[in-house]
Amino acid sequence: MNDMLHQIEPVIPALRRYARALVRNHAAADDLVQDCLERAVSHWEQRRDTGSPKSWLFAILHNLAINQFRSAAARVQHIAIDEAGEHEIGQDAVQEQKMIYQDVLGKLAKLPDEQRAVLLLIAVEDLSYAEAAKVLNIPIGTVMSRLSRARERLQQELERPADHQQGNVVQLRSKP
Amino acid sequence: MSNRPISEDDLHAYVDHALEPERQAEVAAYLESHPDVARRVASFSDQRTMLRAALAPIAEEPLPPQLNLSRIIESKRRRPASFRWAIAAMLMLAIGGVGGWAIRGATEGPAGGLAALAQEASDSYKVYASDRTRPVELRDSAELVQWVSNRLQQPVKLPDLTKSGYRLMGGRVVPTAHGPAAMFMYDDDHGERLVVLTRPMTSDQNAPMAAHSGGDVAGFSWADGGTGYSVVGPRSVEALRPLANEIRKQAQAI
Repeated sequence: MNDMLHQIEPVIPALRRYARALVRNHAAADDLVQDCLERAVSHWEQRRDTGSPKSWLFAILHNLAINQFRSAAARVQHIAIDEAGEHEIGQDAVQEQKMIYQDVLGKLAKLPDEQRAVLLLIAVEDLSYAEAAKVLNIPIGTVMSRLSRARERLQQELERPADHQQGNVVQLRSKP
Repeated sequence: MSNRPISEDDLHAYVDHALEPERQAEVAAYLESHPDVARRVASFSDQRTMLRAALAPIAEEPLPPQLNLSRIIESKRRRPASFRWAIAAMLMLAIGGVGGWAIRGATEGPAGGLAALAQEASDSYKVYASDRTRPVELRDSAELVQWVSNRLQQPVKLPDLTKSGYRLMGGRVVPTAHGPAAMFMYDDDHGERLVVLTRPMTSDQNAPMAAHSGGDVAGFSWADGGTGYSVVGPRSVEALRPLANEIRKQAQAI
């Protein structure tokens, strides 16, 4: 029991971050994480690999999120992009940075769910390619191709002037 | 230096710091002589940095109470996992026959016996516990006890389950083929409801505690000194047992 607590608890902040980046709604994301934790607690003894529970937890969360996408596809599609920025960003971030963050999150939100998931798991949550393949239940080759498409697509979006503040992203992005 | 050509996968793994140091160096060398590719890889690295920075504050927010893991574990322990319950229910169905009402420890008794009582309690649970508008007729416990005692023509003791985590919601008189019965309903912090049914017994006046299960509910029934009791809830037989014991103990103390 303590073992379960100590292994799951440190992963919760990352699960929240992934859920919120995926569903873009604060309350819905936390509900998903809660659901994930309840399942994890119930199924702890049944988990197959005894290694790090991180990818196991992400797999549970991802499946719950996917089910939600399916049942509420229309709603998720149209959640305002601006909402994704506002309270997702630290209070102390400077205004300029805030705008960049808001813009990158808004553009991330435009990616297809499957591409966004791969990019988040690998670039933000630091899962290995093999772990991401396990979480998403797809071959590692598919992980690589989705990752590649996600990055190309996000880059195109970022190079396009922002919808509501022209051009600040291109200007402010650090030079290669 | 190996002669392996640089692949797209290498470029992404370079961005994600997922390469062996040797390969990392090879990709770096390749990028130095291929500025176009280097620009693209740099933009991917920028994306990565921006995404991490933009999303980092979320992971630093204090966890809300709903994500308190200790509390989740605690409530799971009190309430068996639904899948475990589903398996138990399926097993019981298999034993009792599809849709059947399996009685353990009590064979099909005469009419009015324990089996009938168990069925009445289960029916009351199904009809009233699912009622969101008016699950109970009376909520005031004193008034309720007086009413049901009058109708059953015997003193009825109201079981107190607060120590087991259940509050009394109220109750009502329900009809059975064997006269009026008193139904009491309880709920816990999660809104999970329990029904306790009691009435005078025409047969099985003293019967040991028997577990029963059917559909998606389980229960325990017994009779002491001519009065029958049945408790039914959406839990496993094992989870209900301590509640049944507690009710029996209190009823015997009349």
